[in-house]
Amino acid sequence: MDNIFSVPDLDENEYIIDVNNVTVRFNKSTENINDLKEYFVKLIKHELMFQEFLALQDVNLKIKKGEAWAIIGTNGSGKSTLLKVISKILKPYKGSVKVNGTVASLIELGAGIDPKLTARENIYLNGCILGYNKKFIDSKFDEIVEFSELEDFLDSPVQNFSSGMTSRLGFSVATVVQPDILIVDEVLSVGDVLFRKKCMNKMNEMLSVGTTLLFVSHNMQQVREMCNKAIWLNHGKVLRVGDAEGICNEYETKIAAIKEEERARRAEQERLLNEQAEMIKQKRKLSATDKK
Amino acid sequence: MSSTSKSISPKEGSFWEVFKFKDLLYQLVSRDIKLKYRRSFLGYVWSVLNPLLIMTIMAIVFSFLFQRNLPLFALYLLAGRTVFEFVNGAVGKALYAITDNATLLKKTYVSKFMFPLSKITSTLVDFVFNLGALVIVMLVFSFVEGRCLFSFWNLGIVIPILQAYIFALGLGFFLAQLHVFFRDIGYIYNAFVTMWLYCSAIFYDIGMFYEKAEQQINAGGTPYAKYMAFIIENLNPLYIYIKQFRYFVWVPGIESVPYWSVVNVWDFVLGAIYAVLMFIVGTYFFKRSQDKFILYI
Repeated sequence: MDNIFSVPDLDENEYIIDVNNVTVRFNKSTENINDLKEYFVKLIKHELMFQEFLALQDVNLKIKKGEAWAIIGTNGSGKSTLLKVISKILKPYKGSVKVNGTVASLIELGAGIDPKLTARENIYLNGCILGYNKKFIDSKFDEIVEFSELEDFLDSPVQNFSSGMTSRLGFSVATVVQPDILIVDEVLSVGDVLFRKKCMNKMNEMLSVGTTLLFVSHNMQQVREMCNKAIWLNHGKVLRVGDAEGICNEYETKIAAIKEEERARRAEQERLLNEQAEMIKQKRKLSATDKK
Repeated sequence: MSSTSKSISPKEGSFWEVFKFKDLLYQLVSRDIKLKYRRSFLGYVWSVLNPLLIMTIMAIVFSFLFQRNLPLFALYLLAGRTVFEFVNGAVGKALYAITDNATLLKKTYVSKFMFPLSKITSTLVDFVFNLGALVIVMLVFSFVEGRCLFSFWNLGIVIPILQAYIFALGLGFFLAQLHVFFRDIGYIYNAFVTMWLYCSAIFYDIGMFYEKAEQQINAGGTPYAKYMAFIIENLNPLYIYIKQFRYFVWVPGIESVPYWSVVNVWDFVLGAIYAVLMFIVGTYFFKRSQDKFILYI
């Protein structure tokens, strides 16, 4: 990585991913205006307001090469927004993102798979979508096919495949590169148990060569196994950054507390409802005796 | 350690980035073509038969309608319609290119220019296939007239088609980005296409306007027809491409005139200017709004 032309700013070059004060803003109100008619109607009625919603607020994340990071948080905390910012799909409203290396993302495997094409054609199409060139795919074709275990179905259209087969195809294409950064979603629902093991092995193999990992998960057991660092997001803000072990424990106690609270709330509700039921019963009894 | 290629690469988000994804362009175009013609020989036959049928109907209807008949009217018609269908089909498909690929754009980073570009390019390939109909009609006329209508001069169609392709790219980019924000653009465009069709001199001769203008002048009125002709001839790029296209396939078929005598160089200059202008406008707006796509698809 000795780039002669780079500015000798070692501190900057050290980070493979540098997320700097990133804020991502959505507009809640105009998101449902999507045609001209509505636009003009709202314009005349003066209802074209801007309702701000910050999916991420001043998020900082500095990742060094070879580290394994977990992104944890409840639903809607901004985990996938952060991943989208890192993989260039979403431009931040404020702040900057620097990524020094190739990214392979194992989220939504096979987003580019066309069900009408055959497996063979899809390997090329999907590969090109991920940024490989044709020569590279040619050279890795056998490897992809072998890993996906789809040798016998190469020339049949993917729409006839089971969902497991489709994601196997997607996984095999996505992991044939040796990326600098690997982004993995917890729910790797690829095929059967055996294939999932194979995927785990493949990922661990990639990590053993010094690939940087970004792992999104709710499962703290998996996080402890795979990661040494963690970032905890809550409502778009960074709650904790640091060692995976500590944050996992904290997160677990927090989640347990929330669950406990929820259980208590439900129990309380149930008690109230039971009381009500009891009262109604009493009333009915009374009215019945009155009639007699 | 994997090499991070730091060669002269186009800026992220610019149109030229598509060259980085040129293998993807090939894959997307070949997908469209394959899906259209796969597993049916009739797929291709239809794409030739369809324009022929429409041409026959139009030729019959309009030769009854107009007194002043053009020589080789069917060829005149088909030439105009082929170019019109190319631009119209390309832009019509490009319009939906971004919104149709929403799932993909939400999941991976690909140059967004790629999707309208691939649609327009696959329509270009389709267009080349559709030329079969033109060849058939020219062949038939060659027999009827007893002389060969084919010559190397015909190959000049590359020039108008290249201009039309660049023009369609510009318009396609512009409308594709607009369609992300305003989903009713498709309807508006369809209405616009109908007007465009009538303003492109596909089934009539522009000379009719001048005759009408003469009548208007003789009657002591304002020659509105002449203004109309001026608008079509100078402000409708599509007509300019159709006219150029006819220089190369229809004009050599008319016996009375040597074909280079009618060619007006100005048409080529004007056509090229429109193409480049539209391309610049289209890419400018597309580039400006592409970062917001993800919020609306």
